[in-house]
Amino acid sequence: MMLQVKKSGFLSLVQDYGRYGHQSIGVTNGGPLDEHAFLWANRLLDNHYNDAQIEISYGLFSVQFFDDAMIAICGADLSASINDIAIKPWQSYKIKAGDIVSFVSPVAGLRCYLAVKGGFTVEKQLSSCSTVVREKLGGIHQNGSKLSKGDCISYQPSQDEIIKYVPPQYRGKYDKEITLRFIPNTSPTSAGKDVLRAFTGNSYEVTSNMDRMGYRLSGNALDTPQKGIISQGVSLGAIQVPKDGQPIILMKDRQTMGGYPLIGCVSYLDLSKLAQSNPGTKLSFTPVDVDEAEAELKIHQTFFGIDLKNSVENSSSP
Amino acid sequence: MNIIRTSENTVLILFEQVINSANFLLINQQTQSIKRQMTEYIIDIIPSYASIHITFNIVQISGLDFTQKLNEVLQNPHISNEPNTNQTVIEIPAYYGEEVALDLPHVAEKVQLSDSDVVRIHSETIYDVYAIGFAPGFAYLGNVDKRIAVSRKETPRQKVARGSIAIADQQTAIYPSESPGGWQVIGRTPIHLIDYSSKTLTQFTTGNKVKFVAISKSEFIKMGGTFE
Repeated sequence: MMLQVKKSGFLSLVQDYGRYGHQSIGVTNGGPLDEHAFLWANRLLDNHYNDAQIEISYGLFSVQFFDDAMIAICGADLSASINDIAIKPWQSYKIKAGDIVSFVSPVAGLRCYLAVKGGFTVEKQLSSCSTVVREKLGGIHQNGSKLSKGDCISYQPSQDEIIKYVPPQYRGKYDKEITLRFIPNTSPTSAGKDVLRAFTGNSYEVTSNMDRMGYRLSGNALDTPQKGIISQGVSLGAIQVPKDGQPIILMKDRQTMGGYPLIGCVSYLDLSKLAQSNPGTKLSFTPVDVDEAEAELKIHQTFFGIDLKNSVENSSSP
Repeated sequence: MNIIRTSENTVLILFEQVINSANFLLINQQTQSIKRQMTEYIIDIIPSYASIHITFNIVQISGLDFTQKLNEVLQNPHISNEPNTNQTVIEIPAYYGEEVALDLPHVAEKVQLSDSDVVRIHSETIYDVYAIGFAPGFAYLGNVDKRIAVSRKETPRQKVARGSIAIADQQTAIYPSESPGGWQVIGRTPIHLIDYSSKTLTQFTTGNKVKFVAISKSEFIKMGGTFE
């Protein structure tokens, strides 16, 4: 049972929940940039949280299904359609053999997730099939390549008939102005309290220099007290201040180590909002207590049944 | 030592912010001890020159409890009495010929030594693997002898060939795959540093010792080296 890619789009990638347990050899996590949308797509289909999907950025992507299937789409509104009949995200849809599902261009948000009942069947590398182009890891060819025209991906057929949708209050909202919560950092390798104060008072814009590794912002340049720090491991969501004083927020494909001073970390759950932000989106930042943010993340992980320990134990890492 | 809660599920242990062997030995011992005593909670661990970054499983343990337990482990490290297999010296064949040593003449000129002196000094030092990062399998080795320490290039190269051996200040490294890079390239190894299909994945782990062994052009070719 399979589908075939008819139009590849700008950046369409196979992603499962990510690659864990290999950072010690420099391998990044990868995984869905908008985790919220990804997890809901699997949830709508009663899939495992780690089941593989396609992350479609910007659109111009279409696939043809050769067998019946139940699919879900969640995340950005990329003017999707089934056989030219418009469909909306945050819902599951019944697919008949021969149907063509297309994603044209962004109406709201940037990245849409296409999931299939049972998940796509993709060989794993280092315990994950997440595609990381830079590392030449993952994807259907196991070389980090993005999806291209003619690629075929297999899935289990499904006779499921029940349509489900995400309750409106849990759907992502993609506004032009967003506030991101962050956990401040004032340790010796941080940019310091003055920079932290200036950062919280400023507002920023998402620049066009944004990808799966990181989002560069622009705004009043921050005056960093020190040029660099001794390279250290970096967390997901870390806010770095490079020499030019314009912050960078590190995303799922980040390098595992960094040498720029830090301001803090964007709260894990708010990164999904950032992942859907267009260049020009206005950002402001507000501090959040680490224990409070942790409690929320734990609720999220429990709700979606996430236990990363499984990912690590199944991995072949020494 | 200072434990910082960097995010909901990560902590950073900061050691004295200096780069030297003694500090690194301490970090390496603490990393092993943490892995031995806390492995059930740990998702990912990144030891570096002067820090250890840990991602833990918040489904199993709260940040408060994890930090407290980590603190106890750091105060009472389990140092293994077994000989540290980590400390074996790994020999890396290195070809320093002009076809691959693109920046060797520049480095030699900068430090006012001959090309062969730079090569001799680079290959007689035993280096520590301080950290692995930047790219899969990219090992930061130190310390490069001060006599040949040259800072990175003003403008990075778009493409540095796989296996390139390069220096930047007192660090040296091998590019495990072709990538952009700004370090001064002084040689190339024919061996593969990362192989996703092999069980061991990489030649190095943090804490290993590494020595470069100069080889001739014919040996380089025989071992599969290329000049692309």
